[in-house]
Amino acid sequence: MPQRKTILVIGGGVTGMEASARLAEMGYRVTLVERQGRLGGHVDNWDFLFPDRKPAANILNPLKDAINYKVDVKLSTEITTIKKLNGQFISSLSTGDFVKTDVILLATGFDLFDARKKEEYGYGIYDKVITAAELEEYFSGKNGYKLLNKDGRGKIGILHCVGSRDEKVGNEYCSKVCCVTGVKQSMKLREYYPGYEVFCFYMDLRMFGRYFEDLYREAQEKWGVQFIRGRVSEASETHDNKISVRFEDTLSGKPMKISLDLVILLTGFVPASGSTYLKEMLSLDIGKDRFFKPVDEHLKRNHSSREGIFLAGACTGPKSIAESITEARAVSLEISSFLNKSE
Amino acid sequence: MNVEGKKRVWKEYQKDIASDHYFYARSCIRQNFFPGSETTFLKILREELGKDIYDDPRHTTCTGIAYHADIVPFETTMTVVARQFSLMSESGYKNYVPSCITSFGIYTEILETWQHFPEIETKIREMLWKATGREFNKPENLAHSSDIIYKYRDEIANKGKFKLINQYTGAPLKVVEHIGCHYARMFPHKGIGGAEYPYVLTGMIESWGGEIIDYPERRHCCGFGFRQYLVKANRGYSVACSKRKFESMAPFQPDFIITNCPGCPYFMDRWQFVIAEMEGITYGSGGQGIPVLTYEEVAGLVLGYDPWDIGLQTHQVAVEPLLEKIGIPYDLNMKYKGEKGKFIGTPEYPEVLKVY
Repeated sequence: MPQRKTILVIGGGVTGMEASARLAEMGYRVTLVERQGRLGGHVDNWDFLFPDRKPAANILNPLKDAINYKVDVKLSTEITTIKKLNGQFISSLSTGDFVKTDVILLATGFDLFDARKKEEYGYGIYDKVITAAELEEYFSGKNGYKLLNKDGRGKIGILHCVGSRDEKVGNEYCSKVCCVTGVKQSMKLREYYPGYEVFCFYMDLRMFGRYFEDLYREAQEKWGVQFIRGRVSEASETHDNKISVRFEDTLSGKPMKISLDLVILLTGFVPASGSTYLKEMLSLDIGKDRFFKPVDEHLKRNHSSREGIFLAGACTGPKSIAESITEARAVSLEISSFLNKSE
Repeated sequence: MNVEGKKRVWKEYQKDIASDHYFYARSCIRQNFFPGSETTFLKILREELGKDIYDDPRHTTCTGIAYHADIVPFETTMTVVARQFSLMSESGYKNYVPSCITSFGIYTEILETWQHFPEIETKIREMLWKATGREFNKPENLAHSSDIIYKYRDEIANKGKFKLINQYTGAPLKVVEHIGCHYARMFPHKGIGGAEYPYVLTGMIESWGGEIIDYPERRHCCGFGFRQYLVKANRGYSVACSKRKFESMAPFQPDFIITNCPGCPYFMDRWQFVIAEMEGITYGSGGQGIPVLTYEEVAGLVLGYDPWDIGLQTHQVAVEPLLEKIGIPYDLNMKYKGEKGKFIGTPEYPEVLKVY
């Protein structure tokens, strides 16, 4: 019976939670290790989700319920070493405990790009320049500060591709979900601050998912969000504490400047900081984008370069929540198949 | 504005600056525009800081202006620069200090090119040998002359007789800093503070008691931009660039502008006269302009040098109101007297821009 087989899941975001729940449901003994003091990863900081504007809690709560009492969850815990002995992985934890498992699943997710690296946008210097993640916290009421006067009038800018598709910062890949996040947030901003015009500065709009194009149309037709195809080159603070941004409108072929009351940076994905340590400790392959590299992009997307170590979610590259959950389910089957074969 | 955020950036962009024994390369145009700046630099280094600096009369242009105007090929520029390095080597120096920002950019670009493409360095060595029979060592340290003043800014402050404080209000003077484009934009890590929030001039102003003001067009070109000015038909664009900067900084009411590039102080100074004559607009108070000074001139004022000895009479925008704010004494009767009291002539008085 598979009960005797054990699995260590590293990462307590949506992928790690869903995979843990599925594997536990199959009868495996699952230990979930999360370095933060809570589950949910980045989604826990999010207010509402695209494309149906569902509250993030509506996703997280069922995932949390599914692992309750079925999975051994270790919060505020990090992996210190992993060794393979007699076909099993011996993982030592920062708490001093050891976990012996047949399989390891890496669901380490991603970090958000540090917007301070794009010095020209003045994040961390200009108060009115914030990230999309901070805007979500604001919408959810978590950070408790006032962004703008609700009855005021003015202009808000959303800058796409901050830290993505950008050779200068070494991230040439697309972070995939920022475009639709920007469109979603632009509508919410128009709803929240009806006196403010909203401008999205983009290179391409990659509305790849189902209903994403509908959101893009709605943003323009219903909410009057203005989309400007051109990358912002620099931001500066003006005498009246606004943010002046310079950009090229590539459709009209003209360099332009606009004063904004608030600038939102759509920061992209970068590999989670902890994944570098795991990569070195486990001698795993990584791609040129520095995310974990599966054995095969089509047929073995969840297999790492080492037997018994599996990959799922955004640790192999930017993914939406829906894709991460689907991948968590796929990897559960892959792990089960692997364990059945090895019996 | 979160100053701590700027400090974090500044910490990331620091560089080694040699502490003594410098080989100095003058700028082609500064010697004509504001000749007092380079002599003031040499005086400060030798007499105030006790440093050894060699001002070699044999060196030539680096070809920077011609290079950026696409008149000479890069190989020629590199060979000319190789000759400068051979002069430095021959004189027994290892620390190269150009006065010109464009030269600094040229030297940096060439050293980086040679580092990444050693075969090009070999070729240039051959070309220099064939042309002049010279050999050279690369500098162990390359720093712009503003880097040197930055390094010793606190010593200058300690020896100083004046602070950049308005004697009437007790408030720090509000200063706009303008960094030459070729200082750090091509190689941000070669400039103190990087390219976006350069600290080299800000550090001096802070040490000397003033306060830097940030304004939206601080990154914009001064208006020189080489082809903007060198091609006569483009000069309207050159004035327009400067005008954009003045209009952006004017609401902050700066007391003066500090620069570290040969072209920037000249164009921002002269174009204020042109804009005043063309459009009747002035950017200082009471019909005056905003004084534009080089960092050597500001250091000289802090150290108590006579304003006319350091060449401030060669500025189009009058500096007298600024001198009065700081409390620096000056004698208007000596403004146009050169060495040994020789009369050097007076400029024509502009119609709009107020001068003394």
